[in-house]
Formats: sequence, C-alpha cells, structure tokens
Amino acid sequence: MRASVKRSSLLFLRNTWFTSSMAKHGASLEKDLSKETSALAADSGEEDLLAEPAISASEDEESSDNERKHGKLLEAISSLGARKRKKQSERSEASLQVSEFSVNAEGAGEKISLSDLLVTVEKTSGTSNKTKKQLKNLKSGKETLDAPLNKQQAEKIQRSIAYVKSRQEVSGWEKIIKENAKAQHLVFPLKHEPLGPKRVEQVVAGWKVETPLEQEVFKLLKANSQPVLDPVLTPVEEASLKAMSLEELTRKYHRIQKRAKLKEFLKNFEEMTKSNPQGALEELEKMEKSRIQERMSLKHQNSGKWAKAKAVMAKYDDSARKAMQEQLQINKDLTQKVQVLSEDDEEEEQEAVPDFVNDPEPILDAVNPWMRGRLTREEPKAKCEEGLTAAQAEHEVKEVCSAPTEAVQTVEQEEEGENEEEELIRAFERKRQQRRVEEEDSIPTDNGEVVQISDSDKEEEEGEEEEEEEHVSKFNSLFNLMQSEKTQEALEDGEGLDEGEIRVRNIEDLEVLGDDFDPQPRVPPSVTPEPAAEAVATTKTKEINLGEVLTKEANVIKVPFLPTVVDEEEHVDQISIIQEAFAGDDVVADFMRDKRKQEEASEPKEVDLTLPGWGEWGGLGIQPSQSKRKRFRKRMEAPPPRKDQKLPDVIISEKRNASIAPHQSTIRSPIGQTWNTQNVVKKMTCPKISTKMGAIIEPMEKEEFLKGTRSAGAGTAPDIRFGEDKREGRRGQSGKSQKRRDQKRK
Amino acid sequence: MKVKVLCRNPDDYVRETTKDLHRVPRNYDPTLHPFEVPREYTRALNATKLERVFAKPFVGSLDGHRDGISCLSKHAKSLSTVISGACDGEIKVWNLPKRECLRTVQAHEGFVRGICSRFCGSSFFTVGDDKTIKQWNMEAPGYGVREEPMNTILGKTVFTGIDHHQRQCTFATCGQTVDIWDEQRSTPILSFSWGVESFSSIRYNPVETELLASCASDRSIVLYDTRESAPLRKVIMQMRSNTICWNPMEAYYFTSANEDYNLYTYDMRNLDAPLTVHMDHVSAVLDVDYSPTGREFVSASFDKTVRIFPKDNGHSREVYHTKRMQHVISVRWSADNKYIMSGSDEMNIRLWKSNASEKLGVLSYQEKAAKNYNKKLMEKFQHHPQVKRIARHRHLPRDVLKQKREQRVMKEARRRKEQNVRKHSKPGSVPIVTEKQKHVVAIVE
Repeated sequence: MRASVKRSSLLFLRNTWFTSSMAKHGASLEKDLSKETSALAADSGEEDLLAEPAISASEDEESSDNERKHGKLLEAISSLGARKRKKQSERSEASLQVSEFSVNAEGAGEKISLSDLLVTVEKTSGTSNKTKKQLKNLKSGKETLDAPLNKQQAEKIQRSIAYVKSRQEVSGWEKIIKENAKAQHLVFPLKHEPLGPKRVEQVVAGWKVETPLEQEVFKLLKANSQPVLDPVLTPVEEASLKAMSLEELTRKYHRIQKRAKLKEFLKNFEEMTKSNPQGALEELEKMEKSRIQERMSLKHQNSGKWAKAKAVMAKYDDSARKAMQEQLQINKDLTQKVQVLSEDDEEEEQEAVPDFVNDPEPILDAVNPWMRGRLTREEPKAKCEEGLTAAQAEHEVKEVCSAPTEAVQTVEQEEEGENEEEELIRAFERKRQQRRVEEEDSIPTDNGEVVQISDSDKEEEEGEEEEEEEHVSKFNSLFNLMQSEKTQEALEDGEGLDEGEIRVRNIEDLEVLGDDFDPQPRVPPSVTPEPAAEAVATTKTKEINLGEVLTKEANVIKVPFLPTVVDEEEHVDQISIIQEAFAGDDVVADFMRDKRKQEEASEPKEVDLTLPGWGEWGGLGIQPSQSKRKRFRKRMEAPPPRKDQKLPDVIISEKRNASIAPHQSTIRSPIGQTWNTQNVVKKMTCPKISTKMGAIIEPMEKEEFLKGTRSAGAGTAPDIRFGEDKREGRRGQSGKSQKRRDQKRK
Repeated sequence: MKVKVLCRNPDDYVRETTKDLHRVPRNYDPTLHPFEVPREYTRALNATKLERVFAKPFVGSLDGHRDGISCLSKHAKSLSTVISGACDGEIKVWNLPKRECLRTVQAHEGFVRGICSRFCGSSFFTVGDDKTIKQWNMEAPGYGVREEPMNTILGKTVFTGIDHHQRQCTFATCGQTVDIWDEQRSTPILSFSWGVESFSSIRYNPVETELLASCASDRSIVLYDTRESAPLRKVIMQMRSNTICWNPMEAYYFTSANEDYNLYTYDMRNLDAPLTVHMDHVSAVLDVDYSPTGREFVSASFDKTVRIFPKDNGHSREVYHTKRMQHVISVRWSADNKYIMSGSDEMNIRLWKSNASEKLGVLSYQEKAAKNYNKKLMEKFQHHPQVKRIARHRHLPRDVLKQKREQRVMKEARRRKEQNVRKHSKPGSVPIVTEKQKHVVAIVE
C-alpha cells in the first residue's frame, strides 16, 4: 500500500481496486494476481503460492498453514510494490514533469482513457456481462455527457415535480369536498361510532391474528365457512331459513293428501262403474246432494265471522287474501255441476263473442305516428315468448289467459288447483337448486346446468300432469257416458273424447302467436326456447281439460289474427319497438295543447278593478252596480305578436326573468307548523350542520374517506402507511426509491 | 231504521296514562290559515330581532398571566383544557368549565412563541425565545415536585412556531429554517430552507398530514411536503402573512392572516390568486383558526377585535370586542365547534360563544324545534331589507368604526384615481386588476 502512493495514478487505481477486491473475491484475486506478478516479478518462489487456490487462505482449519500462506501473499504484494519502486525515476535534472511529491509524473500530460481502466474489468470473471456490455458501449460512444444542471435549476425542477405530485394527491379530495358542500344535512363529528356494545364479528374484523392459538381458531372458523360479516349465519342456517316453515309444510302435506284421496276415490269410482254401476250412481247422487247442500249453505261464502275478520286484514295481508280466495274456490268447486257440454253448445257460445275482436284496429290518431296500433294487447304475447324457466313461463301463460275474460280466469284457477302438487315439488326442487348454485358459487357458468335441471323437472312434471288429466278426463267421460247410457267398451277407449274443434283452433292460434307474431322476437338471446314451448304445450293439454271440467261461463274469446303483412316484418318490429317505447304518451297532441295554453296565457285579459262598497252600499250578497263594473273593467293592452306565431313546431317562451319564479315559490310556500304537518316541518327546518354536544370534531381522515376512490387505482396494497419506511422511500433520491415512490403515489 | 248520531269517541281524546301526549287535531286546509307569507315574514322579523337581543357572546375570561398572551393551544383530546403561553415565558394550563388555572410553569426565558399539544394529548411542546424546544407532561407533577420538562432540545436559533403531526410522533418548528423533528431525536430529521431568513408560523395540514405551510418574513407563504426533500412552492404577497391555518375538512384550502388587514383563502392547487379575500379588519390580522367543521374561521387582529368569517364569504358574519380587550394576538376555535378562545395583550384569555345568540346547555325538543324554525325563517327572508338591516347591524368600538370609515374613503379614492388614470390613458394600457389578483406579487417554483 505504501507503494501505491508513489506510483502513477493509473497504477494507483488498479492497485486500490486490487486490494479491495482481494477481500471479497478470492478466486478472481488469485487469477489477477498471477497475471500481474508473472508480468512484473521474474524469478521468485511464488509459483507454488499462486498455484494454490486463494480461498484456502481464508479457511481457518489449518491455521498455521494459512498464516504461512498469508505471509507469502503479503510478501508477494509488497514485492509488487518493490518492483515498482525500482522503476521510479530519480530526479536527475530540472524538469516540469517531476512532481514535488516524488510521484512519478510520467505521462502526466496524457489523458487517461476509459480503456485503460477497463482492462482489468474485462478480465475479471466476477463482473456481469451486462456491465461489460454497457462499458463497451460507453467506449464506442464518442459523445460527451452534458454538464449537470446548476443547483438552483435542479432544485427548481425537483420542487415543481414534487408540487405536481402533491397537487394530484390532494385533488383526490375534490369529490368529497364538493359532495359535502352540496349536502343538505351534515352531522359532525363525521365518524359515527355506533353506541352500545359491538358485536363480536365487528370487533374481530379489525383484529390481527398473532398468536398460534388465534391462528388455529381463525383457521377453524374459515374452514367451517363461518361468516364474519353482517348476517351472522352459516350457509346451513341460511338454507334452513330459506326452507319452508313447519306450518306451511303441514298445510301442503294435507293438500297433497286430499288430492291423493280424490284420486283414490276416482279410481274406486271407475272400478265401481265397471263392477257396480248402481253403486256408482248412488255415489254420484251423493255428490250431487253435497253440491246442493253447498249451494244452500253460506259455508265458504266468506260471510262468517272468520271471513269478515280476514276481509279486514285482506287489504294489507297477502295470506289473508289468499285464504279468502281459497274459500271461494272451494265453494266454486263444490257447487260445480259435473257435466259436459256438447259441441253444439260450445259453438253457440263461441258465436256469442262479439266480432270486433278480430277486426283490424282502428287508427285512433291519424296525425300521431306513435298512436297507431295498441300495445296493451300485444305485450302479453311478447311475454309469452320470454319465459325464462318453466314456472315463469307457465305463470306468464296464465297471465295471457287471464287477460280477456273471466272464464279463462277460472281456467287458471283450476289449473292452479291441479298443479299444486307439482308446484310443491317444484318449489322444493328450486330451493335445492338455489342452494346448489350458491354452494358452487359460480353463477354465470351454472346456467346450462340450471336449464338442464329445469328440463328434467319439466318432463317429470308433464308426465304427472298428463296422468292426472287422464284421470279427470276419464271421470268426465265416464259420467257423460253414464248419462247417455252407452256401452262399457266404448267407455274404455273413450279417452280424450271431446277435444272440441274450437279449442283446437284456439290452441293452434296460441301456438302460432307464440311462434310468429312477436314484437321483439330476438330480444332475449340467452334464453333457451324450450321452456316457453313447453309452457305452450302444457297449456295445450290443459285446455282440453278446462272445457270438460268447467262447464259454466266458458266464454272463449277469439284472439286477434296474425298481421297479414308478413314481408314487412322488420318494419313491424320497428313500429312495435317505438310503440312500446312511447306507450301511452301522445307527444304531438301534448305539444299542441301546450302551445295553445301558452298562446291563451299571453292573450290580453280583462281585469275587473271594481272595489265593492266604494261609492255605494256594500255588504254580503250586494253586487256592485253594472255601470261601475263596466267602468272599472279594463282590458289589458295586447302584447306584440308571438315570435312562434308562424312556427307550428316551436314554442318560444317570452317570459322575461324565469329565475325569479323559484325564489318566489320558496317564499310563498310556508314552513311553519300552522301549515305543515310535524314531519314536514321537521324535515324542512333541519339545520344544515348539526354537531353533537361535547364531542370533539376530528379533522377528516384519509383512510376513512378516500378508501373507495384510492383502492381502485392502487391495487391491493394499502396506500397510506404511516411509519419510517414510507418517508424514507419518498425522501431518498436514488433511482430505485424514486421508482418505488412513484408506484406508491400512483 | 238506523239513526246516525253525532258521536265523540273518548278514545280519540282521553289519555290512557298521564304520560301520553294529547292528540291535537289539526286542519291544514290552507283557506283556514290565510296570509302565510306575511305571517311568516313577521315571525322572521321577530326572530331576527330576538337573535340580536340574545346575542351575548362573551362567556368568561381567564386571568392570571402576568404578561400578554402570545400563544394558545387546544388540548387534542379534552375539550375543557386549554394551554396558554405568555410573553414572559410563562405557560398556564386552564380548565375551561371551572375557569381556573390548573398549572403554571415558567417554561422559557423571553416569549413563549408557540405551543402545540401532542396528538394523543399526553404531552405538549413549547418553543421560546431562548432557542429551546421543551416537551411537558400534560399531567401536573405531584405536590412539592418541581415542574421539569420531559425533554428539552437546544436549538441553534430562535424558534418562532411549532406544530405537531396529526398522527405521528413528529413535529415541525420554524425559525430561520423549517425543521421536522422526531420526538425521539435531538436533531431535526429534515430541514427546509429556501432563501428566507425567518419564518413566523408553521402549520401541518390536518387532512393530508404530510403537507405543511409556513409564513415567511419575505412576505411569502411556502408549502412543504415532508416526503420530499425540497419545498413545494412559494407565493409572495404584497405584505407579510402572520399566521396560516388549513381547513380541517377540505384538504386543499388554507387561509392566511395578513398584515394588510385582510385574510386570504387559497386553494393550494392554484396559487395564482386567492380564492377569497376576506376583508373587514382595520388593522393587521395576527391569528386565524378554522372551526372544526371547516365552514367558518375566526381571526384575531391588532384592531382589538375578533371576527368570524364564513369560509367563502368576503365579509365577516360576526365581530367580538370588549372595552378592555386590547390587541388580540392569538385565537382558537374549540374542537366542539361551540366556543372561541382569544388571548390578548392585556393578559386575559377570553371565552366566546361561536354563535352569539345560541342558548347554552341542553335544549328541550320544543326549544330545538323553535330554534330551527327561526333559523330557517331568517334564512328565508334574509334578503328582505328590514330583516337584512337588523341582522347585519353590529356595534363597533369608536376607533374601529372611525378607521373603517376612513379606510372606506381611502379605498374609494384609490378606486377613483385608478378610474381617472384609465380614463386619461390609451385604452388597454391600464389593465383592470381584480381585488384577488392585486395582492399576489409572484409565485416561485
């Protein structure tokens, strides 16, 4: 080291690097050393030293050996210096180039090039290729770097960057500040801590799991999917809540039982007709008798005490309403005369339906394009197509049917009665499905599966339905035959005997409607068409029943035909869409009315300025004299013609200052208790800012109020962290910390 | 036959228990209650008059200091505690409800320049003319134990102001430089200087807690960010700002109290011109403090008055003064938004209501309803000349009134002169400078 002081600057650099790296990289040192020494020292016993790996020198096991080696190493280094010292030129003559510090000034005039410094770097294996490449690039580049900015300018840039950053950061508050400025009512302190004890899960939410015991507990909680947030229910509990109540269940059960009994009865009855027609007749008579009794009594007529109480509740309570309807339904069922109409009757009835139904609809307003056609009739048909699930579709169909007449309503009710079992099953199925979907927690992808399930449901359901229909129709036909005294052979294959012409037509119509006439046929692309179709199918089969079971008031209405123009389908679509969008508002007429009103308002009016009692007798019932009234009745001057007089489609308001109007209205509307109810007064007089007595109002907190807005931009990492680390990061000016800071701030 | 009779069901009007409220049947038919606007106007007028009648803002005074009060500080966590420092280096801790002094400490030699409470309220810091920063325990020492500071930091120069961080254990002082200190260290962890020799006040932003603002003697307001190594920006105004205060609810607004009798509210994002110039004082404004709701601020002035300004209004809504109150040096708004403390030259701390006519204490439901209704009525009819005149009228000390008139004349004269100059010079050569732009000299980046 002593030598390095005396040597030229180049060598000095090289040696300092050498000594510093000696400590770190033994291997590279050894290599380097070998080169240096082989070049400089000619014959010394260093070969064996250098042959040995330098790493071994640092090992402590063979300490004595190591010491020896270390000594040798030192020797070698010193000999390096010694060799150099020999080379040092003596000051023999006056020269400018000899420095006073006896440092060799050889080559002082020359400039040190980068390549001189790089010689050793390139040879070392320790440096990465990247830096080598960079250094090479540096070597090849001829450009000189710009001189650094002076301190003032650099600081100015730094400041302006910092200011822009802070400004951006602060601007995050803008939304909240504006909202608060606009707020009608603000309560301070802003942080509302709910009074009273907190729930466990609230306390737990802000907890950090630290001890192993806590970890264990939390793991358990998580494994059992224990909810920590508001509704504190496990999935199982939730499911149990969603499931039916016991009461509901028993009711359903009894209903099912009743159905089963009926079925049984029908079966028995059928058999009886085969084996014992006399007995069957007796049974029938019995039924007839019960019907008569029902008709005579006030039972199920909603006239009892219970019914009256229910009637009071029905306005508010859905279940009460339902119970009342049920009673009526029972009455209806019991009082029904069990008979089947002949086809002729039905036809007659059909003809009774007014013709206007099938007429093309008259255009109500020729001027208004929006008003052509009616929407109300077409909407349900559209709905018919849109059915999402089987149940929904069915419901929709019911709606369609319910629209025109009462008769169809009864149909619906009957249908409902029949389907109660299925509904029950379906309800269970749906719930099960829901639960499954929830469990799987993949709502969008589950769609296919759901559809599948519902399909299978459908089939099942349909099968059952058909079965039951069979029963009922059998019963009906049986009765029919018994009345007409027909043979038993005919009876056996007399299934579905009476599918009336008309009904078939109706169904076809319905189907056609369903298929073709559709205001918005491609609206729900994701919906599978099967449910809707199936719904139609079910209605079809049911329709057959309806006529048989229901005998009275079977007013079947004709459904409007399909639109005759099929080519302009798109056009029709467009119109229907527009109709739907502007259903119910007649824009043109409204506008005309508005304009007329405005014109009337701007016309000059007569003002009666008569003061009763002035100059003559006054009092109750005494009118001022005619002459006086004439005298004081003034006609106001006509205003200049309206600007929009010749513009039919425009209203130009000529009111001067409309801005006063709202102010006047606020002045005019009183806020006192004399004119307003208590609640209104309370609302109107609520002060803009209210504070709590004795509560310290803390300044806004960043974490509280910028949570939503900031987390969106900055990902999952918390933006605001207090502590040394962040500040250090911001303050440090190195490139790395700068980058980190940028990440944090943006 | 059913005969209909008039019937009166006792259920409708008889109370079941004495605690039941009487049900008063009311008919809201507007024809039965005519003249609603005139009636409400009368009520509004009466409410306005009553408001003036009941306007007694002075609650009490705390005396005990033996020199002018130089600084005041609220306790961070207790509403009833106030700390005051005097010009003789004495610090007193007060209990407001009892209006008594709890502690007296001879803290510094010379002025106590600044006091700030720690965010948790466990201790407070003071700076004085003796170049020291001292930390004191909020709890008084036991009987017979000498008052000793918990910690003392010796500085090289005089400190003129101090403020504590909202949530961290750091505080900022100002003097010849702005220094950020860690409570645990005796040297500043950060030091900002920007070619200014002295600062008069420093305040942390209570919302964006890393931001700072300070007033310097070169008439400038300087903004800092403790995460940066350099200050952010500087606004140089026509005259020196004495103190500064950030809005505690709106992060980027701050207000500075200026020597030119005005206060200026700035948006730190746009320093080209102040957002609002608040003028009403007739002498230098010495201190300013925001209400905790951020809707208003209070200012103390050398003209011996305290004024309350709405944050976005150019004129004050209220002026407080008493015959004996001298130059008000420091002022603070209490953390529950109800009171104002002012410390003045004549050794007294005065306690004022922030709303002059407000009734103190718990209000019954009816009282509250009546208060709200009256307030709403006054608001509704505020532009009616009679109501406006009464609501705006304030009694002012003779000197202040005279000075006000004088200044009005001066201002008018200045305006007239400017007009004349403009009239007699080439069109466009004398630009119209708005009041807001007038006061900003330069912005230094």
